[in-house]
Amino acid sequence: MGEEKDIIMHAMRKSYLLTLLANGERLDGRGFYDYRHVELHKGVIETAEGSALAKIGSTQIIAGIKFEVVEPFASDPDKGVFVTNAELLPLASSRFEPGPPREESIEFARVVDRAIRSAEIIDLNSFFLEEGKALGLFLDLYVLDYGGNMVDAAGLAALAALKSTKIPKVENAQIVRGEYSGVLKIEKHPLPVSFAKIEHYVLADPTIEEESASDAGLTIATTEEHIAAIQKFGTGGFKKDDVLNSVDIAFEKTKELRKYL
Amino acid sequence: MENKEIELIVNGKRLDGRGLHDLRPIKIKVGVLEDADGSASVEWGGNKVVAGVYGPRECIPRHMENPYKAIVKCQYMMSTFCSLEEHGRMGPNRRSVEISKVIRQALENVIMVELFPKSQIEVYAIVLQADGGTRISALTAAVAALMDAGIPLRDTVIGVSVGKAGDKLIADLGKMEDNFGQSDVPIAFTNRDKDIVLLQMDGLLTKDELSKIIDLAFRKGEDINQLQRKAIENKYGETVSKRLRIG
Repeated sequence: MGEEKDIIMHAMRKSYLLTLLANGERLDGRGFYDYRHVELHKGVIETAEGSALAKIGSTQIIAGIKFEVVEPFASDPDKGVFVTNAELLPLASSRFEPGPPREESIEFARVVDRAIRSAEIIDLNSFFLEEGKALGLFLDLYVLDYGGNMVDAAGLAALAALKSTKIPKVENAQIVRGEYSGVLKIEKHPLPVSFAKIEHYVLADPTIEEESASDAGLTIATTEEHIAAIQKFGTGGFKKDDVLNSVDIAFEKTKELRKYL
Repeated sequence: MENKEIELIVNGKRLDGRGLHDLRPIKIKVGVLEDADGSASVEWGGNKVVAGVYGPRECIPRHMENPYKAIVKCQYMMSTFCSLEEHGRMGPNRRSVEISKVIRQALENVIMVELFPKSQIEVYAIVLQADGGTRISALTAAVAALMDAGIPLRDTVIGVSVGKAGDKLIADLGKMEDNFGQSDVPIAFTNRDKDIVLLQMDGLLTKDELSKIIDLAFRKGEDINQLQRKAIENKYGETVSKRLRIG
């Protein structure tokens, strides 16, 4: 995902990876569709209404949830609001620079958001308080360490954070901080599974090396039953068969990933 | 500034049961991130901070480079969910810009920048959970991350906040003491020479009180120095920590 600035290194790395891939191997010895070590820690931030830290390989992402009383969107005056933001912290990678969100982090946050939103797992109707007031759920993602495949780690952290979320008590359309009226009910579990394409090889859970040697990326988020979101990243293309095959793998892999929730 | 309705000190004990000069539990761990050249996490009471260091590397933009020394860049940031209260804003604000600057200048004092002309050293700290004293927690994490990155330091920097609440001088202010106490003095100093490299204060103190709490900070610094040493030892072993000039 990160921009590759060094053209020669890019070419060298790519040719080395291709040599391995031709033999059915990856740099770290995994199969093409194997995930790296996955870890999930829920409720890591006591000040947040919900939180989780997800690790996939060396990638670490923390998700935190806060509630605010907000004005509903004009298009949905009787619904609450759900907002996702992401910060690619400069401490996470030599590729990330300080500054306002750039297109990379905006796209990243929107893909994670879309999987959750399109699966309709948050009951935004229940967030309505009174005319012009509703609860807003703010899901914020901080990338702490970037070792490739941010989206899947973020999706896992986000869903785990939502599943650990306590809904604050509301009195006279104001949040009573530190008191809760219940927990957020999550019944479907959309999770993203991401792939990188290097020439015609498609690899699940790409590392940073694989991502930077790739021409294109693909994220497919699935619930137990449906595809909830798809995003193609980068400049290269995917064949239809690649996409459909990736969907099958995504359904299979999300089953494994859900066990960590 | 003092809120008379909240009794911060009762019978010599503080809200969380600490004595006046007790530190909260502090955990320092180095090498917590893979990509950064050096990294550290600090849990200090309810504060949770992660710091990462990059460099020395090419100075960007070029016009900022200095032909005689490395420049140091520093960014302190709070997560939007780090406080029990409302959802915070993403990105830097006026407070975090100021804190970034004072942390940077404290670190510049000990980093041997003259060894790396035309380059930059970047220090980043993110506060994931806040409980009073985040700038000191961030500074502590930043120092440990610099050591982990192998960047030559003249001396270690030790930070602690001291202050006054309920008419008593106290060490390591918690969030309530920070908000409702009489004075808050974050301070950081070099270990050997006790050069004060960061000093801020708000609230009211007499000169005598200030003198006493600086001494208190120096005394508490010894404990923090031991924790820094331990953190390095845990990753690199005793030989390395002995060669480090941290005490």
